Amino acid sequence: MAVTRPDAGSGAIELRASRRRLALDAVGIGASALGFGLVFGLSAREASYSLAEAIAMSVVVFAGASQFAAVGLVAGGVPWPAIALLTGLLNSRHLLYSAALAPWLRDRPPALRAAMAHVLTDESFALSLVHFRRIGRADPTGYWIAAIGAVFIPWNLATIAGYLGGQVVPDPRVLALDVIFPAAMAGLAVGLAGGRREVVAAVVAAAVTVAVGLALEPVVGIVAGGLAGPLAGLAVPRRDRSVPEGDELPADPDRMAALRGRSDDGLAP
Amino acid sequence: MNVELVGLAVAMAAVTYPSRALPLLAPGLDRLPPRALEYLRLVGPAVLAALAASAVLVGRDAAARPTLTVGVELLGVAAAMVMVRWRQNLLLALVVAVGLVAVARAIGIG
Repeated sequence: MAVTRPDAGSGAIELRASRRRLALDAVGIGASALGFGLVFGLSAREASYSLAEAIAMSVVVFAGASQFAAVGLVAGGVPWPAIALLTGLLNSRHLLYSAALAPWLRDRPPALRAAMAHVLTDESFALSLVHFRRIGRADPTGYWIAAIGAVFIPWNLATIAGYLGGQVVPDPRVLALDVIFPAAMAGLAVGLAGGRREVVAAVVAAAVTVAVGLALEPVVGIVAGGLAGPLAGLAVPRRDRSVPEGDELPADPDRMAALRGRSDDGLAP
Repeated sequence: MNVELVGLAVAMAAVTYPSRALPLLAPGLDRLPPRALEYLRLVGPAVLAALAASAVLVGRDAAARPTLTVGVELLGVAAAMVMVRWRQNLLLALVVAVGLVAVARAIGIG
């Protein structure tokens, strides 16, 4: 069957619509970043960080789980090399995000990709990947909306507010903000699970994550699940090789063009 | 103002950045075989499901050991998934999840 590519006008409309959807999705993620950024700021102050040190953590490291871990480890007098080693392990999952985004961004300048890498987080990966798949190509502006607008700015402003605000900072659990992160990740996974392979990859990843996380450590479980899930997905035969399942990488423009007509990716307009 | 821990922040960033950047900056990723690209395509849904499952099902006991936790958060996450599938609106799904969990906690569930 012949595939008709969307013209430039419809592509621009599609891009704007997807960016609007991205911005809406980013509101929820931003609320989560604000809540936990406030708590990080307060925790850093209680661990005797200076304001400059708290800000440095949120700007330079910009990785919530390892920042929270470091607060406890610093307070416990753990040597810096051990903290750095743990940080490396905690953040090793970013390898998967970076590898998954790389095919989309391969034509972008290296300096741009290097800058994008610094603000690559769980949330920015999730939001931007869904956005890229909706429009069938990379969109650096969309990436910045996800990474800077939804996470970096709220996280850093909240770090400062939490540090200065002291005891008025509410526990995110009180407002149920702690459920935003898992709910957002699960919701975005549903949006990406447009075919049998994606569904199998997601289900197996979740199962392996929980099993390994309980046996070893949660972060080890996440990495194990993230590696095992796609393997399980690959084992699922396609119904019809001529029809793309779920979303395709932009490695094959014709398949991407075919995909753009599909509406079963969960979050597609 | 004490800035000693800025050095620690730089060290932490130094071990984090390679994970974030190496695949993005590695040359030749577009020359990977189709099966490898297909694997990378499946990393997205797999990792997001892994993050959600870990956050909602793996907690820590009093001795900080990983332990299975099944609470009202699971209901909130399930509701969010249903809402995304039904309404295709993540923000609405998050509002529903937060509202559900907040109400449940307010009445003493979870």
